[in-house]
Amino acid sequence: MRFSTLIKYPADWMTGSNADNSVVLTSRIRLARNLRNEPFPGWATREQRAATLAELRPAVEALPSMKDGFSQELSDLNSVQKQVLVERHLISREHAARGDGSAAVIERRQMFSLMLNEEDHLRMQAIRPGLDLRDAYDGLSQLDDELAQSLPYAFDPKLGYLTTCPTNLGTGLRASAMLHLPGLVLSDQIGQVLQAVNKIGLAVRGLYGEGTESLGNLYQISNQSTLGESEDTIIRRLERVISQVAQHERNAREKLLEDDPDMVMDKIGRAYGVLRHAWVIDSKEALNHVSLLRLGADLGFFEAGTMRLSDALLMDIQPAHLQLHSGRKLSAEERDAIRAEIIRSRLHSLSPPDIRPITRNGDSPNTPEPSGDA
Amino acid sequence: MVCDFCEKKASVFLTQLVEGQMKKVCLCESCAKERGVTDPTGFSLADMIIGGVPGHKAVVTQTHTTPPGGAKQCPACGFTLEDLRRVRRFGCSECYRTFSEELTGILRGMHKGGVHVGKVPKGLMEQQVRDQRLEELRTRLDQAVTSENYEEAAGLRDEIRQIEIHTGITG
Repeated sequence: MRFSTLIKYPADWMTGSNADNSVVLTSRIRLARNLRNEPFPGWATREQRAATLAELRPAVEALPSMKDGFSQELSDLNSVQKQVLVERHLISREHAARGDGSAAVIERRQMFSLMLNEEDHLRMQAIRPGLDLRDAYDGLSQLDDELAQSLPYAFDPKLGYLTTCPTNLGTGLRASAMLHLPGLVLSDQIGQVLQAVNKIGLAVRGLYGEGTESLGNLYQISNQSTLGESEDTIIRRLERVISQVAQHERNAREKLLEDDPDMVMDKIGRAYGVLRHAWVIDSKEALNHVSLLRLGADLGFFEAGTMRLSDALLMDIQPAHLQLHSGRKLSAEERDAIRAEIIRSRLHSLSPPDIRPITRNGDSPNTPEPSGDA
Repeated sequence: MVCDFCEKKASVFLTQLVEGQMKKVCLCESCAKERGVTDPTGFSLADMIIGGVPGHKAVVTQTHTTPPGGAKQCPACGFTLEDLRRVRRFGCSECYRTFSEELTGILRGMHKGGVHVGKVPKGLMEQQVRDQRLEELRTRLDQAVTSENYEEAAGLRDEIRQIEIHTGITG
């Protein structure tokens, strides 16, 4: 499969089709695996890395689910293409920085993606829309079983799957979910909630994982411990905590509408205004406004389909996606202008937010139905 | 003397000057062949020892010859204790055995537990039983050869070969 075919359409998990993704956008499972008898990628020589890749790649490509998939060495992709894959969460930033001897193999619907010679020989991930870590794990675990038949995994009965970094020992499992938490941010509860999540040993990160700041009120919650607990225990705890955070978010949205509908309306209305009429907009500002548009969609202020529209925008307005769209390298100024242009054209026919049905009907507003696409 | 890479009996011994310092590597026949040692133009001891990938954020760029003070070094990949202390990562799966003492300290407080209770790779149990059996047979073979008990050695060699053929191990 060619690169252009792969990224032509957004994956189901990006636009949340057939799943409730209003608070939990996506669920992701990552497994780290290594080969016995081969030095780990960071320590291997160029030749050793090439040899490992030559062993891994046929096994991965032969997986039934990788039929008609995308498979490419990173050195054969240009920097924009690599960055697009990062923005789509199909490869990591660390992987994109690697060249010779590293490859990406991606299932055609982008539900599974495998990084070869990342920090570990094999980093494989499954993504699903909404909160469904269990389904993501089951799918990936099966893939892992298939690979274990042809690849000699490095495994120790006591330490589990052996990984480059000891923080991944044991299950090699990182389960994470991407959450949209504008309600908790607007009501100033976010710090408190995230601190509580941290306290029970889970990690909270920004949009692109480790060391990235939160943009557009998007947060990733994931497990840190990988040794001493089964995959099932890790996933169940995470699902429980994420459900609780999602519930807090829903409560916060409801309470904001009750206590301060004018503030909520003002924020969403301003976001709508800026997005509809801006001529130059940077990535950060755009993400934050699209986030509020998304909140408005969930609260029923906009017509059905606006949630989906917001999700597509979150992806499409990022720097590499813009450059791919334009077919050339763009300066930061050019990007900001093209970003504004794309947003204006997408929102061209979107009616202004309508808050009346929710707040002007007496004193106890009902929880609004989520828009039809949720 | 065992091979620095796979712990088989070493039969190829290499010494080379790398950055003015003498380095020695011991290899078994198959590892020597694999790494192109028999082809003098395609082989670089420095590459083998120093590792790292040019043009890439090298995780490790170690240039020590023998680790100072007899510090530990992984026999399979050459990763040293000093490398481990610096990058807090390992060089290969064998490193976990080499640096098992240090690992105890590293793991303290890192995870919820110290023993894996999750998934086990499919087919691994049978494989481990088989590997253990092979190891035992090879040890007995060595002993038989040392004590010049050639009849037993021949029997053991045939048995090892049988298992290897059966499981598709070559060399």
